[in-house]
Amino acid sequence: MVPLSWYLILAAALFSIGLFGALSRRNAVAILLGIELMLNAVNINLAAFWRYGNVMDMAGQVFAIIVFAVAAAEVAVGLALVISVYRKRNTVIADEIDLMKW
Amino acid sequence: MTAETLIWLIPLPPALAFFLIVLFTKRSKTLSHTVAVGAALLSWLGSMIVFVHALRVEHLGEHPFESSINWLPTGDTWLKVGVLVDPLTAVTLFFVAWTVLMIFIYSVGYHNYGQPEGMHDHKGLPPHGATVELHGHQHTVPSVEPLYSRFFAFIGLFSFGMFILVLSDNLLTLFVGWEIMGLCSYLLIGFWYAKNSARDAAVKAFMTTRVGDVFMLLGIVYLYSVTGTLSFREIFTEDILQTLAKVPSGFFGFSAAGLIGLLLFIGTVGKSAQFPLHVWLPDAMEGPTPVSAMIHAATMVSAGVYAVIRMFPLISLDPLTMSIVAFIGAFTALFAATIAVAQNDIKRVLAYSTISQLGFMIAALGIGAYVAAVFHLITHAFFKALLFLGSGSVIHGMEHGVLHTGNHEVDPQDMFNMGGLRKKMPITFWTFLIGGFALAGFPIVTAGFWSKDEILADAFGHGHWWVFGTLAIGAFLTAFYTMRQITLTFLGQARTKEAEHAQETPWTMTLPLVILSVFAIGYGWVGIPEHFPLLGGLVPNWLHEFVGGTLVEHPEAVAFNWIPLLTSLAVALGGLFLGWLTYRNVQTAAEDKLQFPLFKNKYYFDELYDFLFIKPAYWFAETFVHKWMDKGLIDGILHVFDPITNGIGSSIRKYFDLPVINRFFGDGSADVTYWFGGKLRAIQTGRIQQYLMYALVAFIAIGAVLYYFLLA
Repeated sequence: MVPLSWYLILAAALFSIGLFGALSRRNAVAILLGIELMLNAVNINLAAFWRYGNVMDMAGQVFAIIVFAVAAAEVAVGLALVISVYRKRNTVIADEIDLMKW
Repeated sequence: MTAETLIWLIPLPPALAFFLIVLFTKRSKTLSHTVAVGAALLSWLGSMIVFVHALRVEHLGEHPFESSINWLPTGDTWLKVGVLVDPLTAVTLFFVAWTVLMIFIYSVGYHNYGQPEGMHDHKGLPPHGATVELHGHQHTVPSVEPLYSRFFAFIGLFSFGMFILVLSDNLLTLFVGWEIMGLCSYLLIGFWYAKNSARDAAVKAFMTTRVGDVFMLLGIVYLYSVTGTLSFREIFTEDILQTLAKVPSGFFGFSAAGLIGLLLFIGTVGKSAQFPLHVWLPDAMEGPTPVSAMIHAATMVSAGVYAVIRMFPLISLDPLTMSIVAFIGAFTALFAATIAVAQNDIKRVLAYSTISQLGFMIAALGIGAYVAAVFHLITHAFFKALLFLGSGSVIHGMEHGVLHTGNHEVDPQDMFNMGGLRKKMPITFWTFLIGGFALAGFPIVTAGFWSKDEILADAFGHGHWWVFGTLAIGAFLTAFYTMRQITLTFLGQARTKEAEHAQETPWTMTLPLVILSVFAIGYGWVGIPEHFPLLGGLVPNWLHEFVGGTLVEHPEAVAFNWIPLLTSLAVALGGLFLGWLTYRNVQTAAEDKLQFPLFKNKYYFDELYDFLFIKPAYWFAETFVHKWMDKGLIDGILHVFDPITNGIGSSIRKYFDLPVINRFFGDGSADVTYWFGGKLRAIQTGRIQQYLMYALVAFIAIGAVLYYFLLA
């Protein structure tokens, strides 16, 4: 088996890329992509720790499944919100949705 | 129930009646007078039972009915209050109970119970008639008194005061009863409070008796400070009396007993309207006639004489005090009788007559004639109450006439508007005649003769010539003005149309007259002196034995002498005859030769007192106290403070409040906050990615802080 740290570094890298995307992309859907990436990175972390820890304990797997489910649900809701905003304001660029400024 | 328990209960029913009427039954006239007359009846019953019990006791003076309780703790001892029934109390209770009951019954008729309410009757004014339809004609009939229940409440309270006074065994509760009656006399004289004259009379009565009361209170206090007790049985013991007689009071040579006696006597001078405090009683005729009967004949003024009689063992210790008492009594008797001769109002004559007769009693006490004074007190209560109630009946009859003719200018109380009423009001006439003859001292068949004769006999027998002479002249004038009154009112022909239409009054008014006239005739026979020619010795002189037993030393009956008896007969019969002779043909006041201005205007005493006391008192209140002290001095001081406080206040406001508190702190902090807010606002851009960035930076920063503080 490869050392645990390889998986963790991978997950960290993916997480950072996802974070960067969420913070810098213009399109709202692209921000959602970044968020998805962050969630998947976390999943890799969870699976790695499970595999390299107590394999008999189902908790790691279960947690990963739940994260998947939550990510899916969240993306569904997020996309629905983006569509709704597009229909109202005719834009998907996050910077232009700033009605909540002072 | 023992006699003592019953004695405690006697004053209770009228007090209860007062509270019940005031709190509950004021709206219902029937209920109010039932409660009141019922209460009077209960007290009468209790008094009669106690009286009968008292008659059976041998030497009641030595073993009276007494019962007292510890009431006021005074250090190691107690001030006790209680009841005492000795012979004096018993006979007083008898006449008080009877007269009170008669007056209560009379009041039902006097205030026109059962008559309709008048359309224009005001509360506080005497009722003046209601119009009724009677087979097609408008008739004016007497209307019922609007404040009917209140009257019964007040006379209930009044009787309560009198019973307390009579039954008390100490000076304190006597004084309490005294003051209650003073209050009630104010309330009742001013019963028709919307009349200015009644209001003024009520204040005058209260003020004048108050002057007397102050001195009486001083006497009571002085007595207590010397002896430490106020209870009669304790004061009238040998040692205390001797101590009081010896101790000088340091005041004009009076002994302590003399000064105390004098001070207590001044209370009586006020209450019994003796000279110089007599001015209130004639004005008190403004009250309804039952009030005049009650207060000024039967009970209140008798209370004054009762108090002196009660304190007789004390007063008799000092000869100077006794002389003052005798002088004032005799002087008042003559003085008031001269004024009565010139009065035209039927009630005023009786008022001055009361003052004069009280003078007789006081003079009798002053010369030491104890039993004679008590005798005259009792007989006077009966016949004077009879006369007052009779005069009320006459006035009612006249008012009937006034309502009939509709001429309200005619005064129903002026005797010169009357005449011939013996045909229209027979019961009133005969009972008034009996009362008048008793007052004049008509021989043998009237009670007044026996009591007055005994006073004159005592004065003559003990050598008090001046008193004898004065009282004899007073008795002559008494008979004269009484017959004048009877002649002008009842005899001859009616002088005005109103008198022609007078009517007899209902049974509630005439029944008490009849009952009282029985006493006015018969009461004298219990006191027939032993050596009286023909009649003496037939019945024992019960009154002398019984009442004389009150004193420790049983007074001796005066030896019989023809001169006072003949004088008494002469003045009584002569006065009556002369009065009838002079007045039987007089038609108007102008023809009355005895209307001397000096008498008619009561020797100008009211004007004198007004000048000496009333006007200075008003000046003191209005000018000195109000204008100079209150408005000038006190308000002046306040006006000095005014600009100072104002100045301080306004400078604090201008130099501290506004610039520092308002501007600097108040407005300043607001401006600072606003400026900060403006600057900080910029953070909120509404752009999500910037918010996420802030969150990330904050997370890293806090994470670093936590890492360095907690983990490394």
